[in-house]
Amino acid sequence: MQPRKLHVTTRLNGEETEFLCEARQSLLEVLRDVLDQTGTKEGCTTGDCGACSVVLDGRVVCSCLVLAAEAQGREISTVEGLAEGDHLHPLQRKFLEHAALQCGVCTPGFLVAAKALLDRNADPSEEEVRYHLAGNLCRCTGYDKIIRAVLDAAAEMRSE
Amino acid sequence: MHELQYSSPASVDEALELLAETNQDPRILAGGTDLLIQLRAGARQARHLVDVKRIPEMNVLHADARAGLRIGGAVPCAVLTEHSAAGELFPGLVEAVGLIGSTQIQGRATVAGNLCNGSPAADTTPSLLALGATCMIAGPGGRRELSIDEVVTAPGRTVLTPSELLVEIRVPPPARGSSDAYQRLIPRTEMDIAVVGVGVQVAVDSDGRCTAARIALGAVGPRAFLATEAAESLVGTTLDDEALARAGALASKIAQPISDKRGSAAYRREIAGVLTRRVAADAARRAREKA
Repeated sequence: MQPRKLHVTTRLNGEETEFLCEARQSLLEVLRDVLDQTGTKEGCTTGDCGACSVVLDGRVVCSCLVLAAEAQGREISTVEGLAEGDHLHPLQRKFLEHAALQCGVCTPGFLVAAKALLDRNADPSEEEVRYHLAGNLCRCTGYDKIIRAVLDAAAEMRSE
Repeated sequence: MHELQYSSPASVDEALELLAETNQDPRILAGGTDLLIQLRAGARQARHLVDVKRIPEMNVLHADARAGLRIGGAVPCAVLTEHSAAGELFPGLVEAVGLIGSTQIQGRATVAGNLCNGSPAADTTPSLLALGATCMIAGPGGRRELSIDEVVTAPGRTVLTPSELLVEIRVPPPARGSSDAYQRLIPRTEMDIAVVGVGVQVAVDSDGRCTAARIALGAVGPRAFLATEAAESLVGTTLDDEALARAGALASKIAQPISDKRGSAAYRREIAGVLTRRVAADAARRAREKA
């Protein structure tokens, strides 16, 4: 017997989006495998690494720990919503300038989580950035370049 | 995970109807940060997830000096840590809530879930015990209010039947001249599980003499518990170093820790005393400011 599918309507990066999913499917799985939005990465699937971070109704969450069915009527932003066409978000530009990535698997999660921080706090201290991003793991950079990129992006966004 | 059903009822009564269909193996989904992992790992079973986050009554969060604090069963940690009145009235509890997991987890995980997951190391449970909190539980036969101490019965187990729902946690208003604190020991600065956690509430009179105290210990027994003798030893003292050291020694004595990868039993016992001293000193300092 085919599992019963649920019909979900949500807003994804500002656009009305519909999909069918099984109750057991995570938002991460549906974003990647049903909606072909593969910017959001799968890391641990246990909420430890933050690679699958998305913003759900204004709060950054691990999409592996959200059921896709829970997205009904909610607002979701992913890394795909950061750039405007070819115009990169300041965070994305600063990540490139500071070489704040190597393999890149953690990067979308860091960008989404950092954007969520800057949306709430335009002038975070280094300590605040480090605590806010403690749920995003990077095994390549040693974090310093990421922290510097976020602080630099924040400074640029404040001066705009 | 097995074939699952998902529902998101709009009221407590509707949720109770779904939970009453026990042949469907229903389970309450609040933040999901423990449950979804446990289901995938096969550590818990469910065929029907009843998402309680869209129930208005479960999202109540109200704090005031006369009525105390009400935390709906679906309120995520981040909403509580951002609530300034809650933080002013119960700084220790809000600190404990803020220690749970990452920013991402804070946005989903609930205080009620932290309690009902039944981990001996849950950060909020010692704090709620120290504050004398209660739980409003709804079930097929009506509602009942239990003290926090009665809810968790063993690691991963609670007194709730599968057809019951924790609707709200209630914290009584703080007495004049009282305050609370919570600290845990972890080997890192963030994102870890308590080796020992201690929650304390103390009240002092205008002379700085302790009139009431509660001390609760986490991660040093199969469930968090009140260290009654240690707390009573503080009453009547000025919460001076000697009194705090005595309470710490009594807390160490009553701790029943196990040895595991996070620490040996002997280490945990020692730390239970050290933290009791420090946390009681913190709570005392805050209480004196309010006396």
